[in-house]
Amino acid sequence: MKAASFDYIRAKSIDEVCSALNQGDGEAQIIAGGQTLIPLMAMRMSRPQTLVDINDIEELRGIEVAEKVAMIKAGTRQADVLSSIEIRNNLPILSEALGHVGHTQTRNRGTIGGSLVAADPSSEICLIAQLLDATMIAKSTAGTRSIPANQFFDSAMVTSLKDGECLMEIDFPIWNQKRTGFGFHETSIRDSDYALAAASAQIAIGGNNKCERVHLAVGGATPSPLRLNEVETALIGSVLDDSVIDDAVSLIPNLLEPQSDVHASAEYRRRVTCVLAARAIRDARDRAQGKFS
Amino acid sequence: MSKNSVHITVNGTAYKREIEPRLTLVDFLRDELDLTGTHVGCEHGVCGACSVIMDGRPVRSCLIYAVMADGHDFVTVEGLGSKDGSLSPIQDAFWENHAMQCGYCTPGMLIACHHLLEENPDPTEEEIREAIGGNLCRCTGYQQIVEAVKIAAQKIHGVNL
Ligand SMILES: Cc1cc2nc3c(=O)[nH]c(=O)nc-3n(C[C@H](O)[C@H](O)[C@H](O)COP(=O)(O)OP(=O)(O)OC[C@H]3O[C@@H](n4cnc5c(N)ncnc54)[C@H](O)[C@@H]3O)c2cc1C
Ligand code: FES
Ligand code: FES
Repeated sequence: MKAASFDYIRAKSIDEVCSALNQGDGEAQIIAGGQTLIPLMAMRMSRPQTLVDINDIEELRGIEVAEKVAMIKAGTRQADVLSSIEIRNNLPILSEALGHVGHTQTRNRGTIGGSLVAADPSSEICLIAQLLDATMIAKSTAGTRSIPANQFFDSAMVTSLKDGECLMEIDFPIWNQKRTGFGFHETSIRDSDYALAAASAQIAIGGNNKCERVHLAVGGATPSPLRLNEVETALIGSVLDDSVIDDAVSLIPNLLEPQSDVHASAEYRRRVTCVLAARAIRDARDRAQGKFS
Repeated sequence: MSKNSVHITVNGTAYKREIEPRLTLVDFLRDELDLTGTHVGCEHGVCGACSVIMDGRPVRSCLIYAVMADGHDFVTVEGLGSKDGSLSPIQDAFWENHAMQCGYCTPGMLIACHHLLEENPDPTEEEIREAIGGNLCRCTGYQQIVEAVKIAAQKIHGVNL
């Protein structure tokens, strides 16, 4: 047995989770899919005194799509979101990104909420949450609060969730513009491994073929996923031909402070992020114009 | 040390044991139930050797604590063939096609491929490679494994070879 000893509670409701976390004095921790936490415990980088299992809690599972928002309960398995037709039709960028998250076996256990709270710099789900300005809804014994994505990711593997809070739901905005398209590209050592760098874009094109709305975010190359407002400003209001896109992404190297590690140098990450961002913007443009689905 | 009680079904047989919460499912299967067909490689989720089917879906059994498995239903590699010892189509295709060398990855590969063929009886090469993407093999170079899945798919369809 590799993990340090712990006590185990299988919670039946969110309130039971909150009170267990509250009594645990910071030493109790939620376990969802376990796809990040169990490896950390095997390496003893994490040694909670009590594990609060949320896998049996019905109210933490499910997908609901309304006109302007897709509401995903935190404990919903990544595999179930990936196979959801409603998500594919209304939030196709999330389906696309989920195909890159680990493997069938890890997606069958791993949850949407677990990935957001683990906040790995390469996490595709965190990247899409940042891109679309998702809202995280968390509950503790003190009450419920909403945290916008731009205030949720503090740094690598650190979020602004407080001790004692259980993430309940993530609300992903849906764009209603008719001509909306997305793009998602990443580079990894093997298919489905953690991304060395990733870029995602969502674009709405107006009647005059000009870019009416654009969000662009990158991940993997930075401690947390990053919205690139400067590049968005360079694209908005223009007809997005390739030269406009190339000029806009040339701003990216100065906006990033990537890390170097055994897998890739900072310089490589900086360059590859520009290329991936340009591809993501072009795909988003082409999809918005109905050029490919 | 606190112990928890676990009731699970593996390959149709119900088991009950008292265990420490930190025991992983793969160690539970091997050490408590003597089901040593499931292999344990990395013990932290990267190699896929420990793959088993939980409630109809493949998962890594080193990334589940046995207490979390209480009340669930599992199929391990021992459950793929028939009770009389005859091999399942995918096992037979691995054997015929020499889709293993040292055999360390084989139980996990069989589980991943078995599940693929259940979901998708006629997979493309890309779909096969995607399905085994989470299973590392240090010996075969994957080629014979991919071939074996194609042959098993044909066998299941009843195509004469
Ligand atoms: C081989 C392998 C490959 C992988 N590849 C990728 C990849 O390419 N991209 C990627 O993004 N990820 C990858 N992952 C990680 C995977 O996506 C994890 O499933 C995910 O990061 C964690 O989700 P989980 O439900 O398993 O959470 P857990 O491991 O159970 O928990 C993770 C953390 O979140 C906390 N937590 C979980 N749920 C809640 C909640 N509702 N409220 C508050 N806190 C909570 C836990 O306390 C813990 O700190 C990979 C994992 C493996 C093993
Ligand atoms: S032993 Fe479970 S994935 Fe390697
Ligand atoms: S046959 Fe040796 S690891 Fe696959």
